[in-house]
Formats: sequence, C-alpha cells, structure tokens
Amino acid sequence: MSTPASTGQGGDDAVWTKHAKRVLLAWLVLSAIGTPIIWFVLGPHLPPGKGSVQAAGQVFDNTVLTAVLTPVIALLVVFFVYALTQFRAESSTDLTDGPPMRNDSTVQTWWVAVTGVVVLFLAGFGTYELLKDGSGGGQGPSPIAKVSGSNLQVQVIAQQWEFTYRYPSYGGLETSQLELPANTTVVLHVTSLDATHSFWARQLGVKADANPGVDNVVYVQTKNPMAFDIHCAELCGLWHGYMFDTGHVVQASEFASWIKQQQQVFASIAKYMPKYATFYYPDPQRRAG
Amino acid sequence: MSTVAVDVRPPLWRRLIGFNLLTGIVLGVAGWYVGWYLAHAISAASLDYFSAVDYNELSVALAYIFGVLGFLIGLGFLNYPIARLRGYPPSLREKETGGVGRYFSLCTDHKVVGIQYLIGIGVFVFIGGVNAMLIRAELLSPTREIFPAGTYLTIVGVHGTMMMGMMTSGILGPFGNYLVPLMIGARRMAFPRIEALTFWILMAGGTILETTIFFGGFPTGWTGYAPLNIEANVGMVCYILFFALVGISMTLLGLNMIVTILTMRAPGLTWTRLPIFVWGVLSTSTLMVLAAPVLIATLLMALLDRTAQTNFFIPSQGGSSYLYENLFWFFGHPEVYILALPGFGIVLELLPVFARKPLWGYRLAVAGMLGVALLSFFVWQHHLFVSGMNADLRPFYILSTELISIPTGFTFLCGMMTLWRGRIRYSVPMLFALAWFFNFLIGGLTGVFLSDAPSDVTTHGSFFSMAHFHYTIMGGLVFTFFAGIYYWVPKMTGFMLNETLGKVHFWMMFVFFNLTFFPLFIAGFLGQPRRVVTYPKNLQFLNDWVSVCAFVLGASMLVFIYNFVKSMLFDRVPAPANPWGSKSIEFQLPSPVPVHDFDRIPVFSGDPYGYGEAPTPVIVPAGAPAGRD
Repeated sequence: MSTPASTGQGGDDAVWTKHAKRVLLAWLVLSAIGTPIIWFVLGPHLPPGKGSVQAAGQVFDNTVLTAVLTPVIALLVVFFVYALTQFRAESSTDLTDGPPMRNDSTVQTWWVAVTGVVVLFLAGFGTYELLKDGSGGGQGPSPIAKVSGSNLQVQVIAQQWEFTYRYPSYGGLETSQLELPANTTVVLHVTSLDATHSFWARQLGVKADANPGVDNVVYVQTKNPMAFDIHCAELCGLWHGYMFDTGHVVQASEFASWIKQQQQVFASIAKYMPKYATFYYPDPQRRAG
Repeated sequence: MSTVAVDVRPPLWRRLIGFNLLTGIVLGVAGWYVGWYLAHAISAASLDYFSAVDYNELSVALAYIFGVLGFLIGLGFLNYPIARLRGYPPSLREKETGGVGRYFSLCTDHKVVGIQYLIGIGVFVFIGGVNAMLIRAELLSPTREIFPAGTYLTIVGVHGTMMMGMMTSGILGPFGNYLVPLMIGARRMAFPRIEALTFWILMAGGTILETTIFFGGFPTGWTGYAPLNIEANVGMVCYILFFALVGISMTLLGLNMIVTILTMRAPGLTWTRLPIFVWGVLSTSTLMVLAAPVLIATLLMALLDRTAQTNFFIPSQGGSSYLYENLFWFFGHPEVYILALPGFGIVLELLPVFARKPLWGYRLAVAGMLGVALLSFFVWQHHLFVSGMNADLRPFYILSTELISIPTGFTFLCGMMTLWRGRIRYSVPMLFALAWFFNFLIGGLTGVFLSDAPSDVTTHGSFFSMAHFHYTIMGGLVFTFFAGIYYWVPKMTGFMLNETLGKVHFWMMFVFFNLTFFPLFIAGFLGQPRRVVTYPKNLQFLNDWVSVCAFVLGASMLVFIYNFVKSMLFDRVPAPANPWGSKSIEFQLPSPVPVHDFDRIPVFSGDPYGYGEAPTPVIVPAGAPAGRD
C-alpha cells in the first residue's frame, strides 16, 4: 500500500525501491495467510455464538471486521519490524542525518484512497447488517429495523437490582425468570423503574439499555433450546455486579406449560399488579443507591 | 549563595506567612466551614425534607465552593484585581524570581507552572493508579470480596474520574505550559494569571474528589449517569464539583493556549513552520474550549437536581436520563480526543529527532489533527447505540465514527514515513513514542468493533470497551506522557534522567501493559460486564492473570518514581543544552531555561525539522531587547 517513491538525495533509488518491495511482499504473504486463518479458524469462535438469528448476525459481523482489519495489522507489523530493524543508527550518539524526504503525493493519495474505501465499506456493511434485523440492539420506542411476522411480546423490567419479566399476552403475568419459546420472534420491551440499567442476554446477542420512562424495543429470533446468561451492562448502583441471572429458550410446548405454572404461582398477587404499560413510574420520592 | 545573603533572609516562620499554598489551605478550610454554616442558615428548615440522606446536601456543596474560593484567595488570586481597583499599575508577572517558594504559590512564570503541573498531576494520577491496583486486588477472586460493594464502586469511580480529570491536562498542563511559549518564541503565556489559576483549580478539584470517601463515596463511575447520580449519596457532590472544576480549568487552559498561539508567535513563525506539537496543543485546546463548558453546565444541572429540587434528569418528574447521556457524551467524546491529540503531537515531534529526518507530510499531519478535532464533535451517540435514543440516527454515527480513522491514519502515515529510511536511535523517549504506534493501533482497531452498531451490541459495556479505551488512553496518552517526560524533563529541570532505569521502566511498562489489557478484550468477549465486583467463575484464571500483570505494571511506575527522585534529587547529572541533538528551538536554550526565556525574541526562518537539509540556522537572534514583555 505504501511504496515510498524515493525523493531527495541520500542513497540509490533502486535500493530503496527494493526495501519497499520487500515490505510489500511480506505484507501480501502475511495477509494472504492471516486473513483466511482469521476467517475460517477464529471467526466461528467469535462471540456471542449462534444462539439466535441476531447473535449469528453479530458473529458474522465480528468475523468480517476481524478479517478486514487483519491486513491492516499485518501492514503495520511488517512495516515496523522492517523499519525498526533496517533503519537503525549506528549508536545512540550517532547523529548522522537521514535523507530529507518531506512529502510524496503519490503515497498520500493512495493512503487516503485506501483508508477511505475501507472505512466506507465498513460503514456501509455495518449499516446494512444493522438495518436487516436490528442486530439485537435496543432501538427505542419506535424501531426502524423490524422483523415481520407473528411474535411474542415480553417486557423486561429492570430495577435495583434485578430483572423481572411481564408477558402481556398472558394477562400481564410478571415472573422473576425469563423463558422464551424456541424458533420464535420475540419482541423485548426493556424499561426501568429507577436508575439506568442495560439488559444483556449474551448468547442471544441482545443488549438494550433500560431507562426509566422509556420503552426500548429489541427484536430477537430465538433458535434451538438453550440457557443464556443475563447481566446488567450499565452501572446501576451498589449491587450492580450481582445483577445477573440465567434465562432459557425452551420448546414451545414446554413454554406453554411453564407459563401455566407461573400463572398459578403468581395468581394470588395478580390483582395487586399495576396494569400493563410500556413503562412505569413508582414512588417518585424513592431514593436509593 | 553567599553566607551574607542567608543571614539577611527572615526566619522560616516569617517566610511562611504571606500568600502561598499554606495560607491557601488555611483559608480553604476556613472557607469550607463558612460555606457549611451559611448553607445551614439558608436551608436548615428544609433538612427534614432530606430525611432519606444523612446530610443537608446544599451545605456540602456550598462548603466546597467557599473552600475553593478561600483556597484561591489564600494563594493570592484576588491581590491583583484589588490592586488594580486601588489604582496600582498593571503588571504581568508575579513571584517569578526566588527560590523553591515559587513552586508553592501563585507564580506566573510558565516554566514554574509547567513543573507545578507535572508534580501536581503526577501525585493525583498516582492516587488514581493505586485505586487501579485496589480494583485488580478485588477482582482476584470472583466471589470473595476484599472491599464491600459500595467501597469497590467508589474505588472504580475515583480511579476513572481522577484519571480522566487529571490526564485531560496531563500533557497540555506540564508540557503545553512549559513548551508552547518557548516553541513559538514568546516569553510568557497570553494570560499568565489564568495559567496559574488553571493549575490551582485543578489541585483543589483533585483534593475534593479524594474527600468523597468522607461522604460515602459515589456509585456511578466516571460517567455519572442520571438518574443514579441524583439518587446517590452525598459523596456524589464531590464528583460533581471535581468534574466542574476540571471543566473550568480545561476551558481556561484551552483559551489561554489558543490566544497564545494565535497572537504571540515570534516573527517568521508561519503556520507551516509551527512545531507539530504546538498544532497538537492548538487542536486539543479548541476541543477543550468547545466541549468543557457543556460538562460544566451538565454538572450544574445535576447539582441543582440534587440540592434545589429541579428535575432536569428525573424522568418521573418530566426530566430525562437521555438528556444527561446526550450532554455528557457531547463533552465526553471530544474529551477522549482531548486525551489523544496531544499524544499525536508528541509522537510526531519526537520521531524526526530520533530518526534524524524531517517530519514527513507536515500538512497532512496537521490536517489529521484538525480533522480528528472537527469530527470528534459528530460521533458522541456511538456511546448510546443500545440506549434506544435516536435509533434511526445510528447509521450516521457509524459513518462519522469510522470516518475518524481516516485523519487518525494520517498521523500513522506521517509517523511511518518519517521512520522510513531514517537513522533511528532507540533512546528512552523514542521507545515510548514507538510504543504508541503499537498501542494505538490495537486501541484504534478495537474501536472499529465498538463503532459498528451490530458489533457494539456484543461488546458495549463489557470489558472489551474497557480494554479498548485503556489501550487508547493509557497506551496512547500515558505512553506519550512518559515520552514527553524523558524527552523534556532534562530541559525543564536541568538534570538528566537515568537511561538504564528508563529502559527498565519502558520494557516493564510496555510488556505488562499489553499482558494486562489484551486479555481483557477476551474477558469482554466472554461476557464480563464493566465495573462489577463479582464475575463468572470460569473467568477467574483470566482475571487473576490480569491482576498479577497489573501489579507488575504498577511496579513499573515505582521504577519510574525511583528513577525520577534519584535523578532529580540525588544523582543530579547536569543536562546539556541539547541532549538529543534536536533542532527544535527549546533545545537551543540552556538547561534549565532561564527565567526570561530569550534574551532577544527569536526570528524563525524554517520549521524545526530540517534534518539532512542544508544546515540553516533555526533562530536568528534579533528583534526585541531583553526584558520586554
């Protein structure tokens, strides 16, 4: 990418072209070996795993980014190893000057063009991936990247320091465990009762901030049954570190029986529950932290 | 000094009386109590309203504000305005001659202020570093707690806030103040008293942040998100006042730098001859002046929410937590470039000296810095990709964030092409400058994951982002800070630093910095959220590894302190005027630089990077006679 045309005095131009060619060759070889290794060997192991369509999308995204950045790292590594070993002064007191190269518009143009193309590609690719299915990120109350078709609505309510879950299609049932049916499009509505939290279901590739007074919507398409980690990913006060849990994706039949059982467990308090809403304001004078 | 002079000096107790640090501390403490009782006089009736908290918050806030005022009065900041009101003639200088006492008082000599900054910031950064060690000690075990959860969060918060607040001035404070006037051929900064004020405000702020432990600490980390910062206990006021004071200090420091560079350049110092470090200072100062006032306003709103029952950030009362996030990151993202840009300047300033070649692509390097400075105001919502705020604007923020890598790439290209065919000497400052390339490469490229919204869902709020910004800030800023120390401290103090100990420090720091922070990317990928006191058991090995490496990294700082104290106080090897063979103007002056900098204002005929070119004299002595300001 950066072949310095030799300018000014201070050496045989052909020698320096040879140096540049060596760097270029080493870079090409390293990139040609490194990039496939990154893509095929490291790529499938990149987080967050393939627990949902969105998570798999993130794995793909992470793989593409890592693969695109591999040649960049290779260039810098090759360049510095070469330059720092080849262009040494004889001693720390050797004050002989190098050649006074001050500029080279060819190198500059190529550098700007190539970085520009890489950046525009990455931005375009990221935007495309994002708009395809929302990538499991919180999209606020009016999402732009929707997943069409039938879906299950689940509300995630964060408070200091636990998550609870409401299922509006099952009479506003509120549970302390999160279970989701397999192979279903789930719409999570994340909100908070107090501080700012962030609902992070790692293997599902879901992360959405929980803000008081806000309905933060996430689309996630579950796949096979599995367990997933839930963490709070935004500092929310004293017991933030302990605000974690395990959720489950289960078969549809299992989910139905679980919901029934939960409805029975919480039947006695159902009448005290506030009506289902997109967000709630508890006692405004409540102070904690 | 002759014995006669010693006899003439008044006794020690007499010399301690006057406007100096001691008086400042005494009046500061007195002012604290004045504010405390004043606040109780104002709002004692409302004490019951705050039944859920232990203190009348207004009293704590006012106490600190009056304390800072008392401190500044004790240092003598009111003397000059009062003297002017009483008809005394204007004067630009204060306490510029004299002994060690200048370093403990209001002194308008930019060289004294530079050294004050270096030591003062060093002390607070050391405290921040000790906090980091405590964090890593806590994370040795996933379950066993050395500190209670609340104490742990305070440690995390003080570490982050102290580092962020102090290191914003980490390069502009010591090296900017000391070197910018020298590099542009001036004898002082444009506003010497404001220059001193920025330093003492910062010191008052640092002390206030430390005292948060007497008020229960604060649980919010350095970001201080609302509404947690409204709910939190009284220690939060210390955070708010610290950051507000840092904001005031930054704004004034930036303004002073901009005015100095715009108006006080010596004859012949055109924009294309300005040392690249000065360009780094100028672009950073622009960011400071435009971003820091937003921080001050935000924190004032938070303080009013806490003390005056306003509701800017309380959603249930019509406020918005998004408002805080927006305002904070509108400051916060330029802030991280305030941390990074001076580093760019130092690296590009040092490479030509140690590669014995002119800086390659000067205009491109300047364009890179200005481009980063400009773009940094258009990216802040990438911190809020999953917050649900303005979700349809995410593609714009993906693009604007990734565009920043283009001007950042300019810096890399200019640095790399300066090294190409050079005659590189591996002195300690050069080692630190070269390490910047490696660290900032990792930091920058991992930033691409965070700037890409789908990837950000994986990594946001995890140890990945924490490792990322430690690579950019510690790897980018702190390494160049040390490059600057090893490069310029001989000039500033007149004594060389020990080269061998310097190399030990460098290799320890570089190796263990990477061994500490690289595994944290993996910890983030494996699902460890930031700022947690506990973590999954399967991450214990990773965390223990990181903790042990972090302790060695901390020990490398002790090597530096040992080197610094030994070289400056005990060995005292005199530094030659130009230890590195630099063509920059400050190295054409004696070490240390005399009080009045130049006998004659220099005239510039070229930039300071003329290595290998016809030996043109950089400075032609001419112009104003000695002693004129």
